[in-house]
Amino acid sequence: MSRKLTYREAMREAMREALQRDPRVILIGEDVGRYGGTYAFSKGFLDEFGPERIRDTPLAELGFVGTGIGAALGGLRPIVEVMTVNFSLLALDQIVNTAALFHHMSGGQFSVPLVIRMATGAGRQLAAQHSHSLEGWYAHIPGIKVLAPATIEDARHMLAPALADPDPVVIFEHAGLFNLEGELPDIDGVDIASAKLRRTGRDVALITYGGCLPKTLAAAEMLAAEGIEAEVLDLRVLRPLDTAGIVATVAKCHRAVVIDENWKSGGFAAEVMARIMENAFYELDAPVARVCAEEVPIPYAKHLEEAALPQAEKIVAAVKEMFA
Amino acid sequence: MVIEHRPPPPPSGPVPWEKDFALKLLADMVRIRRMEEKCAELYGVGKIRGFLHLYIGEEAVAVGALHALTPQDNVVATYREHGHALVRGLSMNAIMAEMYGKQEGCVKGRGGSMHLFDKATRLYGGNAIVGGGLPLATGLALAAKMLAEDRITACFFGDGAVAEGAFHEAMNLAALWRLPVLFCCENNLYGMGTAIERAEAVTDLSAKAAAYGMPGLAADGMDIVAVHETTRAALARIKSDGGPVFVEYRTYRFRAHSMFDAELYRDKDEVEAWKTRGPIHTFTARLKSEGKLSEAEFLALDAAAQREVDEAVAFAEAGSWEPVEAMLRDVYSS
Ligand SMILES: Cc1ncc(C[n+]2csc(CCOP(=O)(O)OP(=O)(O)O)c2C)c(N)n1
Repeated sequence: MSRKLTYREAMREAMREALQRDPRVILIGEDVGRYGGTYAFSKGFLDEFGPERIRDTPLAELGFVGTGIGAALGGLRPIVEVMTVNFSLLALDQIVNTAALFHHMSGGQFSVPLVIRMATGAGRQLAAQHSHSLEGWYAHIPGIKVLAPATIEDARHMLAPALADPDPVVIFEHAGLFNLEGELPDIDGVDIASAKLRRTGRDVALITYGGCLPKTLAAAEMLAAEGIEAEVLDLRVLRPLDTAGIVATVAKCHRAVVIDENWKSGGFAAEVMARIMENAFYELDAPVARVCAEEVPIPYAKHLEEAALPQAEKIVAAVKEMFA
Repeated sequence: MVIEHRPPPPPSGPVPWEKDFALKLLADMVRIRRMEEKCAELYGVGKIRGFLHLYIGEEAVAVGALHALTPQDNVVATYREHGHALVRGLSMNAIMAEMYGKQEGCVKGRGGSMHLFDKATRLYGGNAIVGGGLPLATGLALAAKMLAEDRITACFFGDGAVAEGAFHEAMNLAALWRLPVLFCCENNLYGMGTAIERAEAVTDLSAKAAAYGMPGLAADGMDIVAVHETTRAALARIKSDGGPVFVEYRTYRFRAHSMFDAELYRDKDEVEAWKTRGPIHTFTARLKSEGKLSEAEFLALDAAAQREVDEAVAFAEAGSWEPVEAMLRDVYSS
């Protein structure tokens, strides 16, 4: 039986279950305890699991992410919450130079079974320093896995396989999705290896992930009203990227638009387009298009912020141009 | 505090150890010295490539400190870690083969000089990011504490690392959470070519521990007795209090920072003065004057070290290259 809940509730349930199931799981981060989590993901956890397992940290992103890595090496299963991807830049050294490399540098002797969660994305008028979408940077790094749950189902079920994974996994949760409400189907779990079709169609493949998924689904409905049936592929996992899933939808629809809140230059959409060129070029009836963030630090003013980000109307326009 | 670039007076007083233990530690210093002299030579002929940072002159620190630990303790080290790896129990063969880049090396030729790791002896690097190992040590100690394991994590780093944010963040967390970490600062007065007084507003490093409410000790890092006894005191303190301790070992490297360094930043006579305080010969002299060591015994342990080096070189020479087809292995565990 399915039931209704929000993205926030789904993630909170997933964490609570992980903490209940395995005493090695601990939660580390700024304000995860007494405050209840910056985004209320861990509300009540301090009372339920105690301060040993729900660890408030000082404002020291490099230090506590590195501590999480050491704790994982030492036998715990830490979930490290970094408030947002913007602040993760202070911890980039530990994530990229230590967590991602440790298994390889040690000749396969050591593993880092760590999960790092962070909010990402713009859309709440928080201005430039709170609006980054840098998933593509992390997806560039071999040695880590990168997830982007965009649905209630993924928010509820991606954490367990991430924790079971012996390698470091970074989970990006788009802040614009936290209050999203939806049906959670009665399923046992999801994988963290494949993309997923969220809408089937035949005329154009809309390939996206994370915070752009609801906008892309809305665009698909608008297109349907005009007689264009779009298929929507949710990448879900940015590393390892499901090339077969991308090729399948392109081979079916023969046209593709990639939608991504990263900036266009050197952004993640470029990688998806390159995979299409490498693997499905002869399936294409038109050049692949992309709808990305404009090349500007995300502005504060509402109208400018909206204009800087991918929106359903922009996606519709890009598709129509393909058919023009 | 004005930094004194002259060495302190030579160590004196009786060596408070049994003969066997004293000779064991002396032998380990000699093993490191002989191994690294060979490494420098092999670098010269192109057998070892990449960055090579020698520990010559600092041997008393690794040997004295690591002999105070037990096998269940964790060790985190830097890129100047050949000595730590050897004393911790890695075979010289595995270390030398790693320097050659052979798959018989301790990390299969994936790391080279700066990335020696060994699960069996709980050596967690081999870290080439200055300060990068400090948060890791705090985390390893957190795991040990939460899993009720009886182990201390010893983290070695240079004086240069003390200026990094990672140092302060890791020290603060370890003290805040009362974790069993031994912070071992190898103060050799230079971070590459920058003398400590040109990098630190406060050059008395052991005093920095006070900022975190942590005991801070200092030891003459050229005196293996002082290193070992201070480390033991620090470990006892960690065991009784539960929280971390910071130890500054005042030492000196006799060689350049790395094989690429022309060493234009320090005077020859400064280096020569420190060499007269070399940890091996001052300890040897002390032991001899106390009748705990004969010249024949010294020559025997030196010869044994030389043999070990020769064998390690032969082992590395005979080693094989990992097939390129296997290159993508070990990026992920799963
Ligand atoms: C984060 C970082 N910055 C710079 C370097 C380049 N670097 C390598 S070793 C070194 C000096 C470090 O000095 P110290 O910590 O005192 O250690 P020592 O070499 O004296 O043992 C520097 C600057 C580095 N490896 N990592």
